[in-house]
Amino acid sequence: MATSTSSAASPSQASQGVRPVVVIGGNRIPFARSNGAYADASNQDMLTAALDGLVARFGLQGQRIGAVAAGAVLKHSRDFNLVRESVLGTALDPTTPAYDVQMACATGMEAIGSLANKIKLGQLDSAIGGGVDTTSDAPIAVSEGLRRVLLELARARTPKQRLAALSKFRPKDLAPHAPGTGEPRTGLSMGEHQALTTAAWGVSREAQDELALKSHHNLAAAYERNFFDDLITEYRGVGRDNNLRPSTTLEKLGSLKPAFGRDLGDKATMTAGNSTPLTDGASSVLLGSEEFARANDLPMLANFVDFEAASVDFVRGKEGLLMAPAYAVPRLLARQGLTLQDFDFYEIHEAFAGTVLSTLAAWEDEDFCRNKLGLDAPLGSIDRSKLNVAGSSLAAGHPFAATGGRIVATLAKLLHEKGSGRGLISVCAAGGQGVVAVLEAR
Amino acid sequence: MTNQYQKLVNTGLTKKIAKQLGLPRPAVLRRHAAGAPLVPGPVVVLGDGASAQPTADLLLGWGLDVLRHLPPGRMVGAVVVAYDDVARPGDLADVALNLGPAVKSLVPGGRVVSISRPAGDGKDPELAAARQGVDGLMRSLGRELRGGATANGLLLAEGVDMGAPSAQAALRFLLSGRSAYVDGQFLEVSDGRGKLPEDWEKPLAGKVAVVTGAARGIGASIAATLARDGATVVAVDVPAAGSALARVANDVRGTALQLDVTRADAGHLIIEHATQRHGRLDIVVHNAGITRDKLLANMDEGRWKSVIAVNTESQLRMNQAFLAAGLPGLRVVSLASTSGIAGNRGQTNYAASKGGVMGMVRASSAAFADIDGGINAVAPGFIETEMTARVPVATRAVARMVMPSLMQGGLPVDVAEAISFLASDAAAGVNGETLRVCGQSLIGR
Repeated sequence: MATSTSSAASPSQASQGVRPVVVIGGNRIPFARSNGAYADASNQDMLTAALDGLVARFGLQGQRIGAVAAGAVLKHSRDFNLVRESVLGTALDPTTPAYDVQMACATGMEAIGSLANKIKLGQLDSAIGGGVDTTSDAPIAVSEGLRRVLLELARARTPKQRLAALSKFRPKDLAPHAPGTGEPRTGLSMGEHQALTTAAWGVSREAQDELALKSHHNLAAAYERNFFDDLITEYRGVGRDNNLRPSTTLEKLGSLKPAFGRDLGDKATMTAGNSTPLTDGASSVLLGSEEFARANDLPMLANFVDFEAASVDFVRGKEGLLMAPAYAVPRLLARQGLTLQDFDFYEIHEAFAGTVLSTLAAWEDEDFCRNKLGLDAPLGSIDRSKLNVAGSSLAAGHPFAATGGRIVATLAKLLHEKGSGRGLISVCAAGGQGVVAVLEAR
Repeated sequence: MTNQYQKLVNTGLTKKIAKQLGLPRPAVLRRHAAGAPLVPGPVVVLGDGASAQPTADLLLGWGLDVLRHLPPGRMVGAVVVAYDDVARPGDLADVALNLGPAVKSLVPGGRVVSISRPAGDGKDPELAAARQGVDGLMRSLGRELRGGATANGLLLAEGVDMGAPSAQAALRFLLSGRSAYVDGQFLEVSDGRGKLPEDWEKPLAGKVAVVTGAARGIGASIAATLARDGATVVAVDVPAAGSALARVANDVRGTALQLDVTRADAGHLIIEHATQRHGRLDIVVHNAGITRDKLLANMDEGRWKSVIAVNTESQLRMNQAFLAAGLPGLRVVSLASTSGIAGNRGQTNYAASKGGVMGMVRASSAAFADIDGGINAVAPGFIETEMTARVPVATRAVARMVMPSLMQGGLPVDVAEAISFLASDAAAGVNGETLRVCGQSLIGR
């Protein structure tokens, strides 16, 4: 019913003379806390499972999809062709092209957004975007010292050269290097960065705990109403995101000790309860042109209207590490001729409760909107009952690259259920980056 | 385990030893294989019932070597006995005494199929005695046959002859490898409805079939068999079985629908998925089922109610939705169980649920006939699955080798073959029936 009007109401798609791209559906495996249920699963295992579940849901066996783009933030060097290798392990036609994308926690959004553009332009008719991450099966590298010794040894041609190379080895070089969530340029972890931002915006501990509580309750309620039956496929005996605590309370969340920003003393507000845990998981989203969807009798949940990336200078302290979406959203709104209030659903990735609340505070702040965003007036506040209504990362967990796919599929289904309206997605990422997007119901 | 034993007692030196010791020697059953002959040898048609000549003509039309008398010194692949005109018990003798030598010439995996009329509750005791006599004769013959051969009967309701599509299709099913584990059973054709397939290898071509409980075991085999026979399969199972379900759906090139069949809107969601994604819904196989075994003395409310809810009540509710939607020609096949027929210690709840299914099927047949469809049940005996692998070893051995005439458990595909037949348009004249796939187990009828 909203089909004809909704595509006509899309300024970017109409004005740019490109065709609409629709979200057909999604599939992910349940997200699992790190070093638990999926400890033995590799990125390739999980991405393959997510893709195969998508193939089964939409009957894509033996089909050549236009392209599959996905990625992982933590990647083994052997996984240089992670997505293509995963596709070869699925029931898809092996002639389906695939490539890796990497943009930290915005990997999934960037993969999906870029594929959507290719469909809009007519370069592709169908595509699958997504992402995967494991912190359990993380790559561990040898130390820089040992690496240099080994490389020199490989280049050595004479016994003397070999001996010279080996003589540079020091016992301390045996210590392996595991990846961390620290920013290379500041040495601060993501949580420590956010703790500074959270404090700067004066976000209270209570507000953060309430957001976390809401996330758990919303996710649990969505499971209860079978919302995820066609969005998730069980994996390794895990049927639901196992970070979910349906019965958690404000008291329980309030009893947790601060985990980040401890040097803030009494002002430290960020706990393990209002921050996302390290998580393993994978997600995928099927995109297509209207023609592709119709020809294959596939549903059309939402139009993927537009997306925008932004980056901030967090290195010199000019902005908080995870505040880039606050800049991307007004640019996207301007391009689409929309206001922040023109949405029925807001999906703001809960890297930390503080991230969501700092971003919302910034949009309400006159000074920030004028001086940082260059706007005449604040973007204003949003109706909080429309925020993350089916839960978000605080409850579901956050396998970095897989989060974009989770959000796009969830929002597309929410919009389709409602039958009208728009949704806004905001995902922050390491390196001071962020990607935001607009979806429209079908 | 059965396979190893089966191999040992059927090959080489160990075969000799097993023979001398009188150990049970379960034969390797003749199952359907693409391209294999329908019957492994000539077919002898005995008896002078009205069905004899049309049957012989029919078999000739299928390219079989058909004989009206037992050829001396030749092995035969099957014997068809036309008993449809017997009127008095004495009428059985001639053919029965000719049947004996024919049975001796039966090849391994051979078939004996009788064609007769249901005894019913008519007012002629002599007629009923004669007709019911065929029943006893064939069931006993089933117990005497060896080498994986089976004896089954085709019952033609009054007014139905061998011209009925379902009579022909049922006869073909019983002669073929598809009925490998069906033994000592009677299949009734109640009317002349039905449409024979253009291609007997693809009897479900163009059909859209929903299989519940499809993630593993018998359900996965049903999905594979229906797909082999030409259907597009929607594989349904609970979200908790998602990864196995996805594998099945991908193997059969169908779609996966994660759904708890006990949901109030399950039938609606199935119709929606099938029609939106595949344009139609022709076949539903109610296979989803659970066991929660306990002696009745120790039974709790949860065990009882969950089994009835999944195995019976969900089917009743979904059928209501299917009938309300008026899907033209919809064919439903439900999974019953021999436990529901003969009873099984520790399975009062399960047997109640499966007995319920058979009652439901019988009582729903008229409503499904009204939409030009039909509903039947298949009652498996001991089938080798993950579920039965958990049965204690001794019980399992008895269930496999002692109870059934075929001296072995069946395979999931044996159940699936019967379901595929009943789901086909050619079986439209079979309605409200329960067909056992049990290797002629000792228990029950």
